Amino acid sequence: MHDTAHAHVGQHAAPTSFIRKHVFSLDHKVIGKQYYGLALAAVLIGMFLSWLMRLHLGWTNLAIPGLHLLTKNGAPGDVMTPEFYLQLMTMHATIMVFFVLTTAPFAAFGNYFLPIQVGAEDMPFPHFNMMSFWVTFVAFLVLMSSFFVSDGPTLGGWTQYAPLSAVGQVGGPGEGAGVVLWALSIAIFCVGQLLGSLNFITTTLDMRTRGMSLWRLPLSAWGWFITSVMGLTAFAVLMPACILLILDHVAGTSFFVPANTVINDQMQPHSGGSTLLWQHLFWFFGHPEVYIAIVPGMGIVSHVLITNMRKPMLSHRVLVYAMGALAVLSYMVYGHHMFVSGMNPVSSLVFSFPTLVITIPSTIVVLIWMGSLYGAKLRINSASLFALGFISMFIAGGVSGFFLAQPSIDIMLHATYFVVGHFHLVMGVAAMFGIFAGTYFWFPKMYGRMMNETLGKIHFWCSFVGAYAIFMPFHYLGLAGNVRRYQAFAPEYMQHLIPLHKFITIAALFTGAAQLIFVYNLFVSRYKGEPARDNPWQGTSLEWSTPTTPPPHNNFGDKLPVVYHDPFQYGVESSTGDYVMQTSPEKAGPDDEA
Amino acid sequence: MAKFFAITIFVIAIVSAIPILRHTWWMAEDISTHGAPIDEQMSETMAEAGISFLASQFILGYFIWKFSNPKPGDKIKTFPGGAKAMVWAAFLLVGTEVLALGVFGVKAWANVYFTPPAANAVPVEVQAGQFAFYFRYPGPDGSFGPIHPDMINEANQNFYGLDTDHDADSKDDVVTAEMAVPVNREIHLIMHSKDVGHSFFVPELRVQQDFVPGMDLSVHFTATKIGRYEIVCTQLCGLGHYNMKAYLSVLSLEDFDAWMKKEKAMQ
Repeated sequence: MHDTAHAHVGQHAAPTSFIRKHVFSLDHKVIGKQYYGLALAAVLIGMFLSWLMRLHLGWTNLAIPGLHLLTKNGAPGDVMTPEFYLQLMTMHATIMVFFVLTTAPFAAFGNYFLPIQVGAEDMPFPHFNMMSFWVTFVAFLVLMSSFFVSDGPTLGGWTQYAPLSAVGQVGGPGEGAGVVLWALSIAIFCVGQLLGSLNFITTTLDMRTRGMSLWRLPLSAWGWFITSVMGLTAFAVLMPACILLILDHVAGTSFFVPANTVINDQMQPHSGGSTLLWQHLFWFFGHPEVYIAIVPGMGIVSHVLITNMRKPMLSHRVLVYAMGALAVLSYMVYGHHMFVSGMNPVSSLVFSFPTLVITIPSTIVVLIWMGSLYGAKLRINSASLFALGFISMFIAGGVSGFFLAQPSIDIMLHATYFVVGHFHLVMGVAAMFGIFAGTYFWFPKMYGRMMNETLGKIHFWCSFVGAYAIFMPFHYLGLAGNVRRYQAFAPEYMQHLIPLHKFITIAALFTGAAQLIFVYNLFVSRYKGEPARDNPWQGTSLEWSTPTTPPPHNNFGDKLPVVYHDPFQYGVESSTGDYVMQTSPEKAGPDDEA
Repeated sequence: MAKFFAITIFVIAIVSAIPILRHTWWMAEDISTHGAPIDEQMSETMAEAGISFLASQFILGYFIWKFSNPKPGDKIKTFPGGAKAMVWAAFLLVGTEVLALGVFGVKAWANVYFTPPAANAVPVEVQAGQFAFYFRYPGPDGSFGPIHPDMINEANQNFYGLDTDHDADSKDDVVTAEMAVPVNREIHLIMHSKDVGHSFFVPELRVQQDFVPGMDLSVHFTATKIGRYEIVCTQLCGLGHYNMKAYLSVLSLEDFDAWMKKEKAMQ
């Protein structure tokens, strides 16, 4: 809790030029919108790549008109080559994990709303914040540039397992310049996220307005805060790993390539490296990354649900502790990606235990959501539909974690479509649903206009049914031993699975097309949507108390708000109806401290 | 709309479960001696995960049905037992489930990884390289000759880099493109990669193990059913990854000996 003198740290005058206002802006709100725009561009590219991949998986020899325009050698006669498939797959995953699932729920919404929800004028280091976005933008350009180098982007998958990723051109198309650009892009991306995380942590700890104790932060703010702590530690490990990978390419080092590596009958000029070292470094980042993608969604969904249930969660604190437990445990479970990697089999059991234990805080979160739904006065709108859909998807993706947490079962399921189905549901679709819920909920505050509800609902129905139609069958494929990262299904035992792949492709094309409804809604509502009131959902947290909508440059005008209540005072009788805003001095109920 | 949503959730949950219950797409038949505990572990996990999935989707759907579209006079209610009940439920239900799965899972895992191969196990070496497996049998002397990576030459079909002129142990080594093993005999498989990461996966055998370049690993198993199976690579190894496969023939002892004789003659 801090007084106003402290809260002026991030203060800066309103910009006047177009460039400082919309391009190199110091305003956290503009930076948040820039991150959202980047994520939107990235997700459309990522989805387009997945369409191409799915078409190829359903009909391997299909000529996709115009495909040759995207690649120099990857599509003779518009038919995808094996290497081009792997390149698209790698780019799809990298774009989605880093530039969509990390940027949208965390960097975009967090940037826009965290300072407002804590009652600050801006983040404490606005220049770092601006740099964080532009560095991320450069990282994206570097990644995209690999489409234009001679043999295209890397084909090594988003995990970039060494030594394939470290031996250079001899490893295959894209394994030279493509990998270097990939590693460079990710290292730059890490810098952006480290700068962002520092700002988020400091904003939460030091920039809270008078009366805003930590426990009075809304759950969305808690989600961003916990994520920023994870981001600070996880990206700090990935960045040096990427630098070592680049050095193996350009400086003749052998961090990840052992001696006696023979490719094309040629001994490689490397010695003494460890291939498992890369896996340890990568997954020490990689597993927290899963939670970096999903914890902000948990916070956003909690926030959206509470507002639309018109009642607080069963326990605010238990939810916060559970999200915190997920964050802490996320560092102890990473070895479950490596059960059959060749690391000591005792380690597999050691990593299995926390992986099974992490289901407990996850279950607590789900049970608190469901228990809170009991006795609610639930409003059904696009935002709440996506929030409820998030819960359904999180359950569906979560239960498959029981299987993958066990080394013995992993012998059968490792590297199959079961894993792909699991993470797509839980960190892909669920996280996307969190982003959608947040968008329908906060769009009115960000742009001063309402989104079209009918289009929002159509978008929801197509996405909800479509996502299940795509990703549930992935689990069946995995059980039947369908290996992932195959451009065609050469083994005989996979032949009977091809019709299922065709079904998935059709479902993916349909569901993907439905996302264009969202994009249309976003752009049309931005300019022609019905004007939004300051507090259209009767919310209680500080973003609904700004003097104008969208909020002014310094968020709260001349005077920072004073907070009197816990964040979610719903289901009470007050002068405004069934809620009391955090800034209202009115007493909310018998338990309220005001 | 809430009711429609609830019904959609019910239908999706049930439809998702049907292929699992009917085993429409399921694991291949187990042909190993160590696979039974793995399959049992899979069935138990499927039952527990399935019940959790169906129960929670149904409750979610039911609550959406029941508590949406409130009438003006409706008051909110709190779940009896509050958050405490939820935390206890999570610890008791999931905690017990986790503990049980964890404890029984150790047994299935230990079966595979914590027992040494039998002294009379048949040694076979598998070498993975972009994009093929090659297999090596030690011959009558029972020992593998040393590998000279600098002598690897695919054009001369010296896939392993063996120096048969100088290394006595290498002279009787038999290198094959297909793997054959005698039925009901334990196999000690030594795994070696000459280039990048690969993996050795035979679904019927309940064996999946990555190759680690720079480090030789070993697994052991006993195949119990005569037949021809596929070995596939599951670790992304480059553009030909999807096509990196080999056949595993499980043969009667007589057939295995005959096969070995034939392969030996072809060296």
